[in-house]
Amino acid sequence: MGARELENRPCGGRYVDIVQSIGNTPLVELRRLSPKPGVRIWAKLESRNPTGSVKDRVARSLIEDAEEKNAIASGQVILEPTSGNTGISLGMICKLKGYPLKVVMPDNVTPERTQLLQMWGAEIVYSEGAKGSNGAVELALELAAGDARYYMPYQYGNEANPRAHYNGTALEILEELDSVAAFVAGLGTGGTLMGNARRLKEVLGDSVKIVAAEPMQGEPVQGLRSLDDGFIPPIIDLSLLDRKILVSNSDAIVWTRKLLDEEGIFAGVSSGAIARVAARIAGELDEGNVVFVVADDGWRYLSSGVYTRPLEEIENLESTLWW
Amino acid sequence: MPTIKIPPVLRASVGGEREVQADGADVREILRSLVAAHPATESQLFSAEGELNRYVNVYLNDEDVRVLDGLDTAVGPQDVLVILPAMAGGI
Repeated sequence: MGARELENRPCGGRYVDIVQSIGNTPLVELRRLSPKPGVRIWAKLESRNPTGSVKDRVARSLIEDAEEKNAIASGQVILEPTSGNTGISLGMICKLKGYPLKVVMPDNVTPERTQLLQMWGAEIVYSEGAKGSNGAVELALELAAGDARYYMPYQYGNEANPRAHYNGTALEILEELDSVAAFVAGLGTGGTLMGNARRLKEVLGDSVKIVAAEPMQGEPVQGLRSLDDGFIPPIIDLSLLDRKILVSNSDAIVWTRKLLDEEGIFAGVSSGAIARVAARIAGELDEGNVVFVVADDGWRYLSSGVYTRPLEEIENLESTLWW
Repeated sequence: MPTIKIPPVLRASVGGEREVQADGADVREILRSLVAAHPATESQLFSAEGELNRYVNVYLNDEDVRVLDGLDTAVGPQDVLVILPAMAGGI
């Protein structure tokens, strides 16, 4: 019998447990979305992480950082504000490591997020949806303040969040590509953008443009009492961004479907928004690589009908917190 | 004349309007025109030093002016300025 040849390289690797398998995600070229032959658009499929989102990297980094610092006391509950994905990633890791987990999440996310969190055994505290993620952050900070029962990793203010990308995602991109003209990711906590921006600019210089795609929250999600209720994640350094572009919910959904129909990429709604911005930036270039991050997969949005219903028939388009 | 889109949190200060028009060639001039017409917006938009308040984001069409040229960003007559409160995101 002849030697057996591995047909698909690289192979997926061998790991002692599921947490160690986080990262090393594929970079896939999207030829149909590229407006010019000299410009190549690459999707970094963070949806291929164990729980289906980029937040696996962040959750692992947050927990390992806390463990290294001996910050989690025996019997403490991990408490974290999230729009869902970080909670789901923490759910998987905390279950394996034996930490109890409580997440604070807005009540207007898709029902799949609740089910996934329950599946991993997390306790859920809902915050007011009209306040978006600001409401979840506010409530989590209130719960954690002075209450020794909780350890809060706080992804919005913890450098272990961008560090997951500085030491992970960005190095993986540099492993595959010699040059990057633009890197495009969604702006949420800012972790993906900050970590990748620092490493890519360090290695490639200022020629690499760092572009943020930002959700245009529908009016029902702008339920602030005053502008003083605004929130800017402490880890964000705007000077690292070259562009910051708003995408409406309907454009995000149109492009989520475009990814599916034209490139076979089944991604979440934020990834549609990010792809839209990546294609626009690609159109402004003459040549080069444009890398964008597919932040999560589409499974957790199925019930909303974004892949199958006409746009005008999608319920709660403006009042749902999509990302 | 450029159009300014007003977020719900600021509408009470502009007589309930969802959008208003204001004259000017850059972001600063246009927002100052808005303040001149609706003085209640001043303390919400600007700090005592005359800079944009920390939690106010202003977009030229769809791009955040803070990463363009800030208040000096040039604006054309057909452009739209979108004012939005800074909101946390997740993904």
